[in-house]
Amino acid sequence: MDVSLIQSFINLIAVLLLALGIKGLSKVRSAKEANRLAAFAMFLSIIGLLTYYLGKPGEGITQQSWLWIIIGTFVGSLFGAILAKRVPMTSMPETVALFNGCGGMSSLLVAIGVIFFQRNETFIQDISILISIFVGSITFSGSIIAMAKLQGWLSTPSWTQSKIRHLINISIAIISLVAFLNLIQSVNTSTIWLLVISSTVLGIGVTLPIGGADMPVVISLLNSYSGIAAAAAGFVVGSQLLIVAGAMVGAAGLILTQVMCKGMNRSLVSVLFGGTLSSQSKKLDSGGEYTNITSCSVEECALTLEAANKVIIVPGYGLAVAQAQHTLREVAKILEQNDIDVSYAIHPVAGRMPGHMNVLLAEADVPYEQLKEMDNINPDFPATDVVLVLGANDVVNPQAKSDQNSPLYGMPVLDVQEARTVFVIKRGMSAGYSGIKNDLFDLPNTSMVFGDAKKVLSELMTELKELGVGAK
Amino acid sequence: MDFAQAFWVLLLGSLLGLELIGKVPPTLHTPLMSGANAVSGITMLAALTLIITAKNNLPLLIIGSISLGFALFNVVGGFVVTDRMLAMFNRKPSKKLK
Repeated sequence: MDVSLIQSFINLIAVLLLALGIKGLSKVRSAKEANRLAAFAMFLSIIGLLTYYLGKPGEGITQQSWLWIIIGTFVGSLFGAILAKRVPMTSMPETVALFNGCGGMSSLLVAIGVIFFQRNETFIQDISILISIFVGSITFSGSIIAMAKLQGWLSTPSWTQSKIRHLINISIAIISLVAFLNLIQSVNTSTIWLLVISSTVLGIGVTLPIGGADMPVVISLLNSYSGIAAAAAGFVVGSQLLIVAGAMVGAAGLILTQVMCKGMNRSLVSVLFGGTLSSQSKKLDSGGEYTNITSCSVEECALTLEAANKVIIVPGYGLAVAQAQHTLREVAKILEQNDIDVSYAIHPVAGRMPGHMNVLLAEADVPYEQLKEMDNINPDFPATDVVLVLGANDVVNPQAKSDQNSPLYGMPVLDVQEARTVFVIKRGMSAGYSGIKNDLFDLPNTSMVFGDAKKVLSELMTELKELGVGAK
Repeated sequence: MDFAQAFWVLLLGSLLGLELIGKVPPTLHTPLMSGANAVSGITMLAALTLIITAKNNLPLLIIGSISLGFALFNVVGGFVVTDRMLAMFNRKPSKKLK
């Protein structure tokens, strides 16, 4: 039997499994199996490729090739597995960014290898190589910058918030374009490096000015790019499987990017070219000073909680930063033992990524049924005695509904102000990521409890125990 | 590979990707992104092809090997980290509190 037929058959199964895997990842029940199915499909595709080269007469794999295959496989897999096992759950966004950047780098290297040593000088292959270099470089440098910013290794330089950056980025883009067009006509080494360098710099220039809150959108977009780079690499080496898988990831990444933008009520254009929200809202001057802040002690908060029947907890990025999810779970347990109904309101963009809070709370063993999505829980707020806002800010800002001039206007928010009492646990009066005043803090039924989320929660736990809550 | 055919594959693959991910609960966005990201490491096949067809060209073998390493870093790391995230959702709800 013809080996290329066998390979096509294996590839067909791999594509089917990959598609089923990505589909399965969209349902909570099947997600875990689906992820393994996709991993298996990837493994299968390697088997298919090796079968082809081992079985085809006159091809074969030399010993030297095996050596380099084993080295690459061993080193890459080992580091990937170690990092994936060790990284804390709170650093998920930057980990995904790092992995993504490496995928882009891989496509870039394939393109470079082929253009220097295996070029067959067809027009389509040349174009595919150039696209692979361009997109691969941007994916790599952009992802690394995104990771560094999320890790706090890099801040947003102030010059990147001025108009100059558009000028710089446009000039770099023009240099890339010129290099690209030149290379289509004739390939030469120095122009290839010019393309590599200019597109790398372009990736940095485009990602650097983007603020932390928008970073997940950028990562999702870069994820889509790495799919495109993979598809381009598929054209380079003539692999249909690569083209299908790359195109699937590219398209899926775009949809996810769109969903994220919608959740924040921002357009992709404003995320990419608008600079950070805070620099826009300074100009808008959207609120002024707080006039009616009520601050209260942990003890008062504990007393109110003790008397409550229904409590809703609103987690945000502050909870993730303080690593307070376990302490929060303990407090919730105490309340539940006192027959208080506890649930968690999850805003789609709470934290730094959709689903960030779910992952974080799941880590602390919070039962899945207690996590409620925004649309399901909003009607519950009027019947709620106490809302605890933990490190969330913009997602509970009533301005988004009431103030047409607010930059947040139109963003769906949690209607926490409808509850009888709201406690906002926060380190200080600083604004949220949008840099906008939060009208919630001024409302008469809102009290601020200042302090680090973890510290406040453990004090709260002590107070509750002293009150005899949960002792039964 | 015939290029007209390759473009059809590209088109159908893109349409499939748009359909597959249409309705996803926000809970799963991060794991889905991470899983899809692992799939984009499929460039490992291109890297493998490069190494196999390099014969005795040492620079090409090295480039291919590094590329394979980066791709597998993406693939293995991506799937493992997704698995870790999903393990948390699948965990049995803790025993009912008295």
